[in-house]
Amino acid sequence: MADWLTPEAWQAVRLSLKVSLWATLASLPLGILAAYALARWRFPGHGLLNGLVHLPLVLPPVVTGYLLLLTFGRRGWIGQWLDQIGIVLAFRWTGAALAAAIMAFPLMVRAIRLSVEAVDPRLEQAASTLGASRPWVFLTVTLPLILPGILAGAILAFAKAMGEFGATITFVSNIPGQTQTVPSAIYAFLQAPGGETAAARLVLAAIAVALGALFLSEWLSRLVARRIGGA
Amino acid sequence: MLSVTLRHRFAGFTLDVGFDAPEGLTALFGHSGSGKTTVVNAVAGLLRPDFACITDGDTVLTDSRRGIFLPPHRRGIGYVFQDARLFPHLTVRQNLLFGHWFTGRGQKAQLSRVVDMLGIGALLPRRPAALSGGERQRVALGRAILSHPRMLLMDEPLASLDQPRKDEILPYLERLRDEVGLPILYVTHSPAEVARLATTIVLMDRGRVLASGPAAQVMSDPATAPRLGLADTGAILTAQIKGQDADGLTWLSTPAGPLFLPQVAAPIGRSLRLRILAQDVMIATVPPQGISALNIIPATVRDLTHADGGVLVRLDVGGQAILSRITARSARVLDLQPGKPVHAVLKAVSVAPGTIGLSAG
Repeated sequence: MADWLTPEAWQAVRLSLKVSLWATLASLPLGILAAYALARWRFPGHGLLNGLVHLPLVLPPVVTGYLLLLTFGRRGWIGQWLDQIGIVLAFRWTGAALAAAIMAFPLMVRAIRLSVEAVDPRLEQAASTLGASRPWVFLTVTLPLILPGILAGAILAFAKAMGEFGATITFVSNIPGQTQTVPSAIYAFLQAPGGETAAARLVLAAIAVALGALFLSEWLSRLVARRIGGA
Repeated sequence: MLSVTLRHRFAGFTLDVGFDAPEGLTALFGHSGSGKTTVVNAVAGLLRPDFACITDGDTVLTDSRRGIFLPPHRRGIGYVFQDARLFPHLTVRQNLLFGHWFTGRGQKAQLSRVVDMLGIGALLPRRPAALSGGERQRVALGRAILSHPRMLLMDEPLASLDQPRKDEILPYLERLRDEVGLPILYVTHSPAEVARLATTIVLMDRGRVLASGPAAQVMSDPATAPRLGLADTGAILTAQIKGQDADGLTWLSTPAGPLFLPQVAAPIGRSLRLRILAQDVMIATVPPQGISALNIIPATVRDLTHADGGVLVRLDVGGQAILSRITARSARVLDLQPGKPVHAVLKAVSVAPGTIGLSAG
């Protein structure tokens, strides 16, 4: 079984899982905050934030990748500063995770925002009359009620991160063992003569991971729905 | 004592009210859209009015002039909403203990006391989705009580329930008022609930307070009583059970003299609130004879008010007031004048059991 995929392909699968997992988990708190702010708060710059969050969805991925390179590259205005404290993103797996997180962010925020909007604010009012301060209302009432949306958003983001190609290859290139994720590897195999078999097997692996994520999300959301709405 | 002054502008509607709510149950009564819920939300801190001064004894809850606005979670005011608002992801037990967990006041042992009082012991492990409307409302009531509030707000807690469910909850509200002794601000547009529960009435109309004061006084005031609905106009009389007669009548003593009612299922010595509808009271200038009505009370005419083609006569009976609605012609023929001694004739059946509330004995 292990030699069904070449070592290089296995490496790509493992790297993709790692990159996607980190991209999802690290952006989740920010995603919840952005979704909550967009759904519940009215503030100057609301439209701007909404546009910013959705930008990666409508920009060509190559453009997003190039903008990342400009900002987070070693000479970019944030990258330069990060470089001084020893954090390098360009051409590293961490950079691939950043690119995947940014590309997946709109999907994550949209899913969570929908679930925040579905929470009855009157329940939160009721909690406040019972002595719960704002942060506690969020933790004890809002958060448990939006859990299905958070799970859906996280899994959607994970799947999107697994498939991210354009921004990743622009920002961190296609270095085997470093930044070569599954889509980059499939692309590389297809560029080399005689790589079709390896590419096809990697495609199957990608489909398997995607289906696995889908089933996991179904199962989790049913579990949560039973806990929340169930008798 | 809760003291409320507030002004708030909505689109095309201005709320401008001021009233005091002493101990007991204060009913905020008025039609839909008269601003009752807004007042209660302002007291709870869920709404920040344009101008308000809301105090409870020495505690300032809101004072626009001094820029004080206590957030809802620090007010210690329990709120029972019309739509229960139980947390769907928590069991009944967790819902009940929600407030206790945050306020940290009171003993957990009180849970069993409140659960017993409300009769919700069997529901504890269930989730709100599996409860009936009446059960949900009782749990919501218990949840508010267990947060150990300084006072309770209730916004039409019975409005979404059918009559049997209302009858199921009303006794608990009476017990809450009389046994727990918690001040309650109660929003309603039901004259029956006002008559049964209120110790103080605040009558609201289109964002203004028309009248406020002790329930017996507001309900027997011809100037305000018709606002409760003409068919429901009536006074409240306090009475005490003196005896149960063998022929099925209950003998009550009132400041107006003895009264006879069809059997009242309550022990001797118990105090009652009787609601006497104005349309069930006849007036006779001489003691009537050969009449089937059992209750004939000597009374004095206090004043007459013309209302909707009829006359509302306020009668003084032993220091308390009852109302009688008669035609203008009857008033003229009987030559009714303030100070004239008359006899009030009440049919024994005129005090419906549903409007009898047990008050603190």
